[in-house]
Amino acid sequence: MKVIKIDKKDWADGLAKLSGGYRLFGPVKDKEFHNFKELDNGELPDFDFSNTKLSAKSMVFPQAEAMFKYSLDENEADHHIMKEAEKDYSPRAAIGIRPCDAAAFLLVKKNFDTPEYKDPYWINAYEASVFVGLACNNPCSTCFCTSAGCGPFHEDGLDVLLADAGDYFLAKVITDKGEKLLQAAGWNTEADAGEDQIETLKKEAEAKITASVNTDGLKDKITTELYDAPFWEDVAFACLNCGTCTYVCPTCWCFDIQDETHGTSGIRMKTWDSCMYPLFTLHGSGHNPRGTKVHRVRQRFMHKLKYYVDKYGDGIQCVGCGRCIRLCPVNIDIRKVCELMNSYEPADAACQVA
Amino acid sequence: MQNPYLPYPVRIDEIITETEDKNLKTFKFVFLNPEDEKKFAYKSGQFGELSVTGKGEIPIGIASSPTEKGFVKFTVNKVGLVSSFLHTMKVGDIMGIRGPLGNWYPWETMEGKNVVIIGGGFAFTTLRSSIIYMLDPANRSKFKDIHVIYGARSPGMLLYRDELAEWEKRDDINMHITVDGTDDPDWKYNVGFVPTITEQKAPSSDGETYAIICGPPIMIKFTQPVLDNLGYSHDQIIMSLENRMKCGIGMCGRCNIGKEFVCKDGPVFTLAELNNTPKEY
Amino acid sequence: MVGYTDKIREISERLLKEGTVDMVIGFRQGSMPMMNEPCFAKRPEDVEKLTWDSNCGINLANYLTDRKEKIGVIAKGCDSRNIVTHIIENKIKRDQLVIIGVPCKGMIDRRKITSMFETEILSVAEEDGKVIVKTGDAEKILEKEEVLQKNCAVCIHRNPVIYDELAADLVEEQKDIDRYADIREIEAMSPEDKWNYFDDLLSACVRCYACRNACPLCYCPTCFVDESQPQWVGKTTDPIDTKTFHFLRAYHCAGRCTDCGACERACPVGINMRTLTKKLEKDCFEYYGWEAGLTLDARPPLDAYKPDDPEDFIK
Repeated sequence: MKVIKIDKKDWADGLAKLSGGYRLFGPVKDKEFHNFKELDNGELPDFDFSNTKLSAKSMVFPQAEAMFKYSLDENEADHHIMKEAEKDYSPRAAIGIRPCDAAAFLLVKKNFDTPEYKDPYWINAYEASVFVGLACNNPCSTCFCTSAGCGPFHEDGLDVLLADAGDYFLAKVITDKGEKLLQAAGWNTEADAGEDQIETLKKEAEAKITASVNTDGLKDKITTELYDAPFWEDVAFACLNCGTCTYVCPTCWCFDIQDETHGTSGIRMKTWDSCMYPLFTLHGSGHNPRGTKVHRVRQRFMHKLKYYVDKYGDGIQCVGCGRCIRLCPVNIDIRKVCELMNSYEPADAACQVA
Repeated sequence: MQNPYLPYPVRIDEIITETEDKNLKTFKFVFLNPEDEKKFAYKSGQFGELSVTGKGEIPIGIASSPTEKGFVKFTVNKVGLVSSFLHTMKVGDIMGIRGPLGNWYPWETMEGKNVVIIGGGFAFTTLRSSIIYMLDPANRSKFKDIHVIYGARSPGMLLYRDELAEWEKRDDINMHITVDGTDDPDWKYNVGFVPTITEQKAPSSDGETYAIICGPPIMIKFTQPVLDNLGYSHDQIIMSLENRMKCGIGMCGRCNIGKEFVCKDGPVFTLAELNNTPKEY
Repeated sequence: MVGYTDKIREISERLLKEGTVDMVIGFRQGSMPMMNEPCFAKRPEDVEKLTWDSNCGINLANYLTDRKEKIGVIAKGCDSRNIVTHIIENKIKRDQLVIIGVPCKGMIDRRKITSMFETEILSVAEEDGKVIVKTGDAEKILEKEEVLQKNCAVCIHRNPVIYDELAADLVEEQKDIDRYADIREIEAMSPEDKWNYFDDLLSACVRCYACRNACPLCYCPTCFVDESQPQWVGKTTDPIDTKTFHFLRAYHCAGRCTDCGACERACPVGINMRTLTKKLEKDCFEYYGWEAGLTLDARPPLDAYKPDDPEDFIK
């Protein structure tokens, strides 16, 4: 595969050229930490970060997004009828998305792009996007991507992989979309032995990863047995049932649909929701099938580490970015829960109880 | 790309207050664009999302039958924000419907079999659809004996009372209507809870009978052992679940029981299937 | 404070062995530097996991709400004040509790320490009032006094106000502390500056509700932001809705907040929402001479009516 060398002194110029044809998104420092958002005109992505506080999912799946607009004014034609909200699906480019966040889109795609139904908002935004990944030279202690089907130089889901090599970036061209973007930026110098250089950096980065999870046993567990495992009370005890883990997660896709009316006009929106919230599953009757904290914590982990595994058969619904570990206010650690689930044997539990 | 979130515009054509507590109303909707009715081709057991503009959507089982043309009917219990507002709406008002959504009762599998319908309270809506469907002259011969056990708290809480009376008169359907209690001296049907009446009236299974159950959890809990005793295997007990839903298309993540979504993989499941999932409904 | 662990385990083991309590609620060692995880011990042998250090900032009163068991609970000064509030507000009964008091010397500010280092912190240890921080390439020793959580730095109730057992000798309370310097600064701002300040303060909020859920006062069965009939607040991160949430939540805590700092500690995006609750705490102190959770014998000022209420503040 072709590898382009981008001198860092040509970086800003190239991005300026790109901004003519793409809406640019990237990591930006906001007070104390980095977030992934649309760049202002002339703003450069800031690559001095380990990972953004929230994942890059909002680029395709915003926290609140208008789907339809409506009028309640009976004097207007088409009152009370939902009409498509205006959308901008012009090309957009993620500059410096971490490989884990890009890979996460592939997992989430399975939810929004199904044989029976297609979510046009997610799919259109995703298809309008070009993903220029920034490889992780220095993964964190909480990164367990290499055992979650991903990695610091992982290429699936990316169109270009950038590796920081000091004075220059090495840009590995992964797709035609990526190649087109590099050409549009005017970056076209092929690097000498580019693939070898990237391979060296990749090995160094992977060697720095210390955290891991075992997931090999998950698919053979019986769902109802795992569900009834005795460890959930202990796992869930500390949980505050805030939505932090789900909001920062690149693979959490759950959402709500809400109408918001101002005066006689309004919009119907998709907004992020969280399985941590009691309201998520509360029936109109007052009955709640996931009425306790234990139910809700179990749902989050069972979804990521069992239901998803069984439904799609290609691993866990997690890319190992470690955000939920770092940002959980009470230190609930998915690595520990995954280990409990992966190694659970009902017979053991019987002994334990006795 | 077809937008699965976009409701078909409909007009409320008729509103019938069904029960004495006035908490259940049946809404008859007519599609504003006639071609939408064709797109909304459904089977008994499916549901739709009723879209009340400015308030939101609610998933409701379709009470009309695919054999009834020119309209769709939904019976709505007044409980939350959307359903309460819907209850204040008038004939002629404009709103929306998305669907049809979810799966349906296994009509192909049940062909040539006896069907026992067991319903309680306001969960009788898709069962009405099913009865109308099976009794349609084009379909009746596909099924053997049909039994219906339907109970409510009191006579005034039964849905579709005129139709129940009509079905009572027919000889191609065995009706067992019951109420928990009544002081009406003219009440000529059963008194007793649904599980008890099921025990007394339902045919035992010879492997040729399917039971469809819809009702409150407590009714289901006590009816299931009765069916076990009558010899029904768990893949011949069909249940329709309810869970909180938003998208109705298996994406928003809230209605799952294990890896199955009640909205998309259900709402109809066999008891055998449910035995393998967490009981989160 | 590290030495408290042995005593906590000893007391907990005794309470569980004697059957005085069904469970002890405390902290266990976290999987990250400067993080501990609230946990319970139900069997005497489980007490080995209990630990104590300067990373136990989560308020354990939050874990008592509506519980039915007999509970031993580890309580530092602020936790004990929230336990008092919980008892007054009927969220737990006094006779259900064995309070294991922890005279506290303050929790360290994870966010502040993290921001002092360029690279990731791999371990943090404590010794004699020092905090030893290691990163991949450096080690630095900090004075604990310099890196306390902001609420701990101005805390004047480090000792538990109510307890049945003590994990250590009582500590000397901090004196001559100016608790409200930051609040006076905001009070002095023009209305426009104040508004801009609040805009900026809350701009990063993602409405995850970690602050609300970490707060022992926020136990409403349905929070006003979750009500749908009527819906008081929109569900997005619209700035007005976000501010409505934070302002109203703060008001709901007036006269009840102990400035335990759990809200700020829990916030994933580093919002200093104590600014709001502390203003109300200050007002309650100045207008009513009230500090929340110091006694079981008086109800919070907004919960009580007195004919001689001065009401000066609304003139």
